[in-house]
Amino acid sequence: MSASAQNATVSPVQVRRAILTQSRRANVGHIGSGLSVVEILCALHGGVLRISRPDDPDRDRFVLSKGHAALALYAVLALKGWIEAAQLDSYCGEDSVLGVHPESVLPGVDFSTGSLGHGLSIAVGSALAARLQGSNRHIYCLISDGECNEGSIWEAAMFAAHHKLSNLTVILDKNGQQAMGWTRDVCCLDNLAERWSAFGWDTAEADGHSVGDLTAALNAPRGERPRIVIANTRFGRGVWYMEQGIAITQKHLPQRPVNWHYLPMSEEEFGIAMSGLEEA
Amino acid sequence: MRRAFIDTLCSLAAVDERILLLTGDLGYMAMEPFQERFASRFFNAGIAEQNMIGLATGLAEAGMIPYAYSIATFAALRPFEFIRNGPVLHHLPVRVVGMGAGFEYGTAGPTHHALEDIGVMRTLPGLTVVIPADSHQAATAIRSTYELPGPIYYSLAKDDSKIPELEGRFELGRIQEVREGADVAILAMGSISSEAVAAADELAKEGIRAAVAVVSNFHPDPEEDVARLLRNVPHVITVEAQTLSGGLAAFVATVIASRGLGCRVWPLGVRTPPDGTSGPNRERLRKHGLDRAHVAEAARLALRGVGAC
Repeated sequence: MSASAQNATVSPVQVRRAILTQSRRANVGHIGSGLSVVEILCALHGGVLRISRPDDPDRDRFVLSKGHAALALYAVLALKGWIEAAQLDSYCGEDSVLGVHPESVLPGVDFSTGSLGHGLSIAVGSALAARLQGSNRHIYCLISDGECNEGSIWEAAMFAAHHKLSNLTVILDKNGQQAMGWTRDVCCLDNLAERWSAFGWDTAEADGHSVGDLTAALNAPRGERPRIVIANTRFGRGVWYMEQGIAITQKHLPQRPVNWHYLPMSEEEFGIAMSGLEEA
Repeated sequence: MRRAFIDTLCSLAAVDERILLLTGDLGYMAMEPFQERFASRFFNAGIAEQNMIGLATGLAEAGMIPYAYSIATFAALRPFEFIRNGPVLHHLPVRVVGMGAGFEYGTAGPTHHALEDIGVMRTLPGLTVVIPADSHQAATAIRSTYELPGPIYYSLAKDDSKIPELEGRFELGRIQEVREGADVAILAMGSISSEAVAAADELAKEGIRAAVAVVSNFHPDPEEDVARLLRNVPHVITVEAQTLSGGLAAFVATVIASRGLGCRVWPLGVRTPPDGTSGPNRERLRKHGLDRAHVAEAARLALRGVGAC
């Protein structure tokens, strides 16, 4: 299976529909985080990751370090047919392997994540292993901007740059938010590209909601250093009231960006969100 | 024990290319034999223990067997969550190697005293914990466990007091008896076991027959062996250079209580919080009541039924 043929049928709107449907059914949050990485996952699983089958030991690896966006990944994997579509209905259910954060027992989930700052060091080890084994497999790791608060991110960044792990690409979901507020208000993350560049990484930026732009950035010729693609995204992308931090039916809540980090949708909010998707 | 570790690892690495050695920038005058012989499989991860364990996780998923080395407090405690969510959660053959048991880095101060590592590691059921009592046993243990499919924590001693009667014996899920005796039992863990043996020798001169056994691994726990040993002994002294929460005493007490055995536990371990002092290992053991004299005295008190440890 060629890389470009793997996922021709997975479109962002399908993924968003699945995210909203499952979040509503399970009545859980982390919706905005999932919505912001939809195009990134569609690009990776469309024309970037080279995976003949999910258990091929020499497949490219993908680490979803921002594990709280797992529902978006489950939706992509279901649309690809790697997991049963019906299995999505077990999301957050009893004894389910589809929790809010992903577990590596699922095909397409190479590593279990959920604790921010952990995934990148695993990805660096995975890239080092590929080099030691003489494999040309590539390692991709999706982190968030807020996750860059974690010191372990920078430990891993230093090691990868020192060893010139050019078979490692990080995608940074720069949606500007973290759990309790704007990243700029919590712990300033200005000049992210310069910071990564100073750590010895090649850097690039992309429109995080353009599959084409992301694919081009991820498939661009690689140099001798690890690479980071900073994907400029909007938290809650595709649902207007989430992008603006408005809790429509929970009127006692003030308008603030973090609302849709945690809130589940009411039935009314779900309907508005789904209608918006169809109209977009 | 460092020498036993690196020599054993070199001999394994010579025939198994999956073996890698990572260090958190420690191991001066210890790592060199491996570094020189297997340069392409040696990585100094820098002073970054979280990343070192993360690296090891990624390497192990690809089929390698990485050994991640540092001083025990830095190897086990700083990256605890990376161990938990990495090799344990993924069931991968990462070997975390903690050097310096108890107060062996005594003069380095409390930051370097490994008093909780075994108790903390024991909280992870998916992690095998190996605590050799001397170099000979360390070599046997490292060799016999290196191909286990799951993760392992090795607590290795910096100093090396030999226990000749142990003859390097090691078996997962078993204890190793080094002295027989029916009056009192002494169960010891790690390099401090030599103090327990010396205490038994002192007691023997007084006509007290003390059984001594070394507990050198958890998960699988040596529960049957401990129960068998303690079934007909009225008192057991547990000896560990660890705080009492979660380590040897906690394990032994659970075995006794859950089986309704009549044996009483006299736990010797570290009971007091750091007070700002430090000093050589031997002095630290004496201060905390863990040297041979205190072990022997605990046995005498137990047999006289006096007080509590």
